[in-house]
Amino acid sequence: MAQVEHGLELDAAAARELLDRDDGAVLVDVRGEDEWAGGYIPGAVLVPLRELPERIAEVAPDRSQNVVLYCAVGARSLRGARALQELGYERPVSMSGGIVDWLSRGYPSTLERTLEPDQRERYSRHVLIPEVGEVGQLKLLDTSMLLIGAGGLGSPAALYLAAAGVGRLGIVDDDVVDESNLQRQVLHSTARLGEPKADSAKRTLTELNPDVEVVTIEERLTSDNIDTILAAGWDVIVDGADNFPTRYLLNDASVWHDIPVVHGSIYRFEGQTTVFKPHEGPCYRCLFPQPPPPELAPSCAEGGVLGVLPGVIGSLQANEALKLALGAGNPLVGRLLLFDALSTSFTEVAIRRDPDCPVCGDSPTITEYIDYVEFCAAR
Amino acid sequence: MTMVRIPPTLRPDAEGQREVSAAGTTVREVLNEVGERFPRLRARIFENGNIAAFVNVYVGGEDIRTQDGLETRVADDATVILLPAMAGGC
Repeated sequence: MAQVEHGLELDAAAARELLDRDDGAVLVDVRGEDEWAGGYIPGAVLVPLRELPERIAEVAPDRSQNVVLYCAVGARSLRGARALQELGYERPVSMSGGIVDWLSRGYPSTLERTLEPDQRERYSRHVLIPEVGEVGQLKLLDTSMLLIGAGGLGSPAALYLAAAGVGRLGIVDDDVVDESNLQRQVLHSTARLGEPKADSAKRTLTELNPDVEVVTIEERLTSDNIDTILAAGWDVIVDGADNFPTRYLLNDASVWHDIPVVHGSIYRFEGQTTVFKPHEGPCYRCLFPQPPPPELAPSCAEGGVLGVLPGVIGSLQANEALKLALGAGNPLVGRLLLFDALSTSFTEVAIRRDPDCPVCGDSPTITEYIDYVEFCAAR
Repeated sequence: MTMVRIPPTLRPDAEGQREVSAAGTTVREVLNEVGERFPRLRARIFENGNIAAFVNVYVGGEDIRTQDGLETRVADDATVILLPAMAGGC
């Protein structure tokens, strides 16, 4: 914890003691409204830091009364305490360590549930971010994500999602670890050659973060099993499939099951990623009404891929998936991000919902699963 | 001149070029000029006089299907992106 600046800072224990002792003391939360909404210390009043000089007189009309300020970790509240000092307040103090330290001591808050002490340590760098915080981290721990493929894209995505504390990760992969995978599929290892990728992924992810429940589904997605697999309560799907029939199948199913899909695809030096959020943004068929003819659809096994490329695209997918779970920021809905590893450049293009889309359009013409292999071969 | 970006799977039909420059005020004019230099590419990306359904064409970051199709205006310094779907997640 930060050193207590004489006179202007108190640690959580001293602040709590002061508040208990002095009924006239005022406790002011100087964070933003979003952070406040995520939980605060009982008895506090919210006055965001930038409004503090104008509004302090409302909550603390007497400049000689004790005023205790807090924020997330104590930086903003210290600035606030200095500002109050300049305004002539005699006893403003900032609670060092902020609400993060307060909660870690098990002191009361309006949060109905809090992180366990070891979780607070593990996820401390998340808890410090206003957009995540204690509430966001609890949300991640309650989130279920399904990864299609534990290969190039699935590897980095799964590693970062598990590290981030996404509570349940499903891994759909029916393949086994091959030597040619290890140039990029960082979930696996030389010692696991020949092992099912789903099992190998589970071992790696569980070792990384035992908080995460890893559900292995050692199957290839088909029209017959996809409804059962998607019905298991997934909040987000991360698509790292390696073929068009699976991608179109997954698209149709995700629209019908209303689950957002974080899409990624890669080839040689180039990758693409976007978010398909059913009925809010376009779907895969709005973007690509038809797959290319088979001779223009080489797999990485046929055409190759730079090993680090799935690291970039899969990590971007994890970023989008975490944002969807947290409800933070601006996800790639309706935006396709193109990455070129040779020029190291990103390009963004717009994708619009197609009102005539056969699956998510206004008058859908495809309402049940089709023969996806035939659909993708018939070009 | 307008730059036209060729996706990796279509580069064999464009002598391996990643980007080619072409003149024209509409997508049709620009792609016609590219097609004259690379007839195999033209055969790939055109279907019955229109852009084949598997190829997306972007000008200024917008899909020409949501603009004026082949008649979409192309500024002199614009980039035209040809983009078919890619399957790989491997």
